[in-house]
Amino acid sequence: MINPDAIGRTFKGAELTITQNEIDSFCAVLGEKNTSIAPPTFSIRISLDQSQTVLTSPEVGVNWDRIVHGDQKFEIHQPLKAGDVVRCDSTLEGYKQVAGNEFVTARSDLYVGTKLAITNWSTLVVRA
Amino acid sequence: MSFEIGAQLPEQIFYVDRALLKQYADASGDQNPIHQNEEFAKSVGLPNVIAHGMLTMGLVGQYAADWAGGSAQVLEYSARFTKPVIVPADQKVDLTVSATIGEVFEDGSVRLDLNATSAGVKVLGMARAKVKKV
Repeated sequence: MINPDAIGRTFKGAELTITQNEIDSFCAVLGEKNTSIAPPTFSIRISLDQSQTVLTSPEVGVNWDRIVHGDQKFEIHQPLKAGDVVRCDSTLEGYKQVAGNEFVTARSDLYVGTKLAITNWSTLVVRA
Repeated sequence: MSFEIGAQLPEQIFYVDRALLKQYADASGDQNPIHQNEEFAKSVGLPNVIAHGMLTMGLVGQYAADWAGGSAQVLEYSARFTKPVIVPADQKVDLTVSATIGEVFEDGSVRLDLNATSAGVKVLGMARAKVKKV
């Protein structure tokens, strides 16, 4: 079970630099020819990785093998592009239990410098 | 540009196969074996290898972006992962996407209510994109 003390907390991520190669690979899968900016769902690559790091940390205690992605939302203020230095902060925003399954909503705020570029929300289900 | 609520957008079919799943796994970093290894997928109770939910959402997002005039035109996008896209070996399965204009905002942006099916089964729930068409 998720450590209840973790709910409501924000976990700051490390800074990373977006590369053109990462954007090119993502665009190639989706069939996007304009690689000057990242596709709308690209930030999942960063946020889900951060969510995994946070949720599987000993202080939160989730077994990632039991995770299913329930729903996903993006608010895009500024598309990401190559060279952007991004920091992703994850907040465990919501939590409920339904029939033994745990539902945790992780809000990821992606900053480029001090500007909030993208907020996305992932509801992750920890199966019983 | 004026839009009519209820107007339907043309349908588009994407094709998904195991090679695309491998390509998405590498591009996204999500190497969960349920998206690549049939034996493993079946061992955890799945009917076969399934596509990453975010690949499905990514392709449907591409449909919305293409209609709106590019990735930069997508302002908000959300969906529930209701059913998986099942991808048997050596097959290309369909991801059939269509949309209706659900709402028109004062700034000219619109909400697309997206419909996505594979093999006739609805795979995303409440799939909506707020876009500003160029």
